[in-house]
Amino acid sequence: MEERLTIVNPGRLLPAHPGPDFSTASLGDGPPTKSTLMLEESRWRPQCGLDTLRKRARLNAKIRAFFAARDVLEVETPVMGACGVTDPLLHPFTTVFTLPGQRESRRLYLQTSPEFAMKRMLAAGSGSIYQITKAFRNDEVGRHHNPEFTLLEWYRVGFSLHDLMAEVESLIAELASGERDLLTPERLSYVDAFTLALGLHPLEAGFAELARVAEARGMPEAAELCGRDRPIWLDLLFSHWVQPGLGRRRLTSVYHYPACLPSLARRCEDDARFVERVEIFLEGVELGNGFHELADPREQRQRFESDLEQRRAMDLPEPAIDRRLLDALRVGLPDCSGIAIGLDRLLMALIGGESLADALAFPIERA
Amino acid sequence: MATVSTSEFKGGLKLMMDGDPYTILENEFVKPGKGQAFNRVKLRNLKTGRVIERTFKSGDTLETADVVDTDMQYLYNDGEMWHFMVAETFEQYAADANAVGDARKWLKEQDICQVTLYNGNPIGVAPPNFVELKIVETDPGVRGDTSGGGGKPATLETGAVVRVPLFIQTDEVIKVDTRTGEYVSRVK
Repeated sequence: MEERLTIVNPGRLLPAHPGPDFSTASLGDGPPTKSTLMLEESRWRPQCGLDTLRKRARLNAKIRAFFAARDVLEVETPVMGACGVTDPLLHPFTTVFTLPGQRESRRLYLQTSPEFAMKRMLAAGSGSIYQITKAFRNDEVGRHHNPEFTLLEWYRVGFSLHDLMAEVESLIAELASGERDLLTPERLSYVDAFTLALGLHPLEAGFAELARVAEARGMPEAAELCGRDRPIWLDLLFSHWVQPGLGRRRLTSVYHYPACLPSLARRCEDDARFVERVEIFLEGVELGNGFHELADPREQRQRFESDLEQRRAMDLPEPAIDRRLLDALRVGLPDCSGIAIGLDRLLMALIGGESLADALAFPIERA
Repeated sequence: MATVSTSEFKGGLKLMMDGDPYTILENEFVKPGKGQAFNRVKLRNLKTGRVIERTFKSGDTLETADVVDTDMQYLYNDGEMWHFMVAETFEQYAADANAVGDARKWLKEQDICQVTLYNGNPIGVAPPNFVELKIVETDPGVRGDTSGGGGKPATLETGAVVRVPLFIQTDEVIKVDTRTGEYVSRVK
């Protein structure tokens, strides 16, 4: 490297020097340098170490033992489905299915989560179920995002949100044992977590107050970014300044999300401003989302339709509504709570990794 | 002018913001599992060199900046402007003190530098990572004198001052790493 840049004969044209190092994180578009070539040559190798591969295998074995002891049935659902998710903030991958001998083809969606198929099983009387599966989300890549990732998703018939939180706490304690020491788990309501970190109430604070909080933390552009859209304000403030402090050396469960961030949770019976949704955090990283599941087919249809309306406004493709889920809900979803946990992130947090790549053999750059 | 979406953000990408060209230094993707995604981006203003942080909603689009880095040979300084030439085309560009910035103390005639052009005008100059420069003044080293961390200051032909080992003498040519401003070796 150094030799290549030595000026032997001033005046003679020299090969381009790499210039200022704009980024260590990305390869850039420039001509391949020695270091980028070396990187490419090593990309056949798993990113994580062999000990991490063994830890993942042990994690999976412990999960299966945990649920076997509780008589929760392991199931599988399709990774490709006829319907895509309507959530305007999720971008599914699609693929094309061609029937043998036929010219017609059908679009299939790689599932962003197995939740709809699992709910159809529950409505058919499966009882409590779990699965470890791959999920796919386009347009998501970063330190804590890989477009394909492994989910542990489970549903407990007859469980309240707090029953579910207790089970999550036992599972995480069991998976962490022998790996790292965690303090007693903690549960916080969304309002408390928000108020503790930012000093204001997420629903009662006016937009000007929210803007002042962001500006004081060095983000004056937040006002223009979020305008008068409370869900975006809450996502922005929470993900930038509440979440990083959550789950330090312990599992933190944040429950009772504002009703403007409902996802698939049912409304709280005693306070319509909130929904029965929980998110869990370890070392500032969100590990999963759980709900006391919405069972009302009419409300589910309304949420699908309002999603599609938003998609139209945002000029996004509109996938067909999953009628089979609605049919299943009409027959009746048993009262249940369910949660999905990102296993790559969990493994990363347990081994003290900084990036998802620390827990993956072949992240997308090596896939 | 072309536009780019946040999903194409990466280190080195040049963007227009508030009328100024910026380059992306770091791009962090922040997204709740269920919710709005953001890109928290660290950028450098290519005119002022100032580094700022800015958050975008994922999916937002921005204008790209007409900024290109071009290798050019440094020709001379006329007292006000620094003159550079593209070796292949003989095209010449004059950069002012603002554009040359700290690079001035490493510029030696005929060295190849990277000049950043914005709308065809130089706004930045990066010297080679290593330059070889002659020492015009340094105290004669005294054997056994280890004060000052075992080195001494030396003034180079371009005016830069670097710390060199005691055995280095005036009129010798040394190799310097311009990124750290540190002495690398003596050039025979």
